[in-house]
Amino acid sequence: MSVSERPVVKRPVYLNLVQIRLPLPGIVSILHRISGAALFLFGIPLLLWAVQASLASADSFASLKATWAHPLVKLVLIGLIWAYLHHLCAGIRYLFLDVHTGIELKPARQSSIIVLAVSLALTVIVGVRLW
Amino acid sequence: MVKRVIVGAHYGLKDWLAQRITAIVMAVYTLLWLAIALYNGGVDYSLWRALFANAAFKIVTLLFGLALLWHAWIGMRDIWMDYIKPTAVRLMLEVLTIVVLVGYAGWFVQLLWGRG
Repeated sequence: MSVSERPVVKRPVYLNLVQIRLPLPGIVSILHRISGAALFLFGIPLLLWAVQASLASADSFASLKATWAHPLVKLVLIGLIWAYLHHLCAGIRYLFLDVHTGIELKPARQSSIIVLAVSLALTVIVGVRLW
Repeated sequence: MVKRVIVGAHYGLKDWLAQRITAIVMAVYTLLWLAIALYNGGVDYSLWRALFANAAFKIVTLLFGLALLWHAWIGMRDIWMDYIKPTAVRLMLEVLTIVVLVGYAGWFVQLLWGRG
């Protein structure tokens, strides 16, 4: 039977974003992309600005530290720190997948959970250390 | 005749590899900072100033910066390629990304060597 004669099977297509149920590796993947975009849009300029302000003088270094103590700034910073750590952890996972380590379904799921958990735990540790 | 799109991906493998190498450079640089902070029990202003005055640290930080900007370019271009279908809009966003990244690079170099 040629391709054209094959009966058309109507398969369900779920492209509705609120209906899509991503598997764990899929969640890690989309978070990797979102965190990367956030680091490009906000992380890099904020980092450059902070380094510039911190190097100007001891006073500006101190006032930068004071700005960090503001709850709203804290929230943004914690978000970006998580973005960096998640991007790092998920990236390390991809390097392992690149060399065909842990590509079976079960270890791929397990490493996804590890990436999510480790990056969250490291975010908490860094947050506690900074404040 | 093959119809080529000006922003098509014919450079896949090279960029795939560059993405990974730049990632490793940044991961090592992150570990370097972790080691500095742990060794000195935190980073105060005098250590911060001393680091940014050190020639070797400046070079290593420049490497990190270049890796970061190259890595960001590949990642952002992937995002534009995946989600922005009209070629003109995609090209505009890609050019904008390059302009921003080159601007960041200038800022970065100025931070490292521009303060006399």
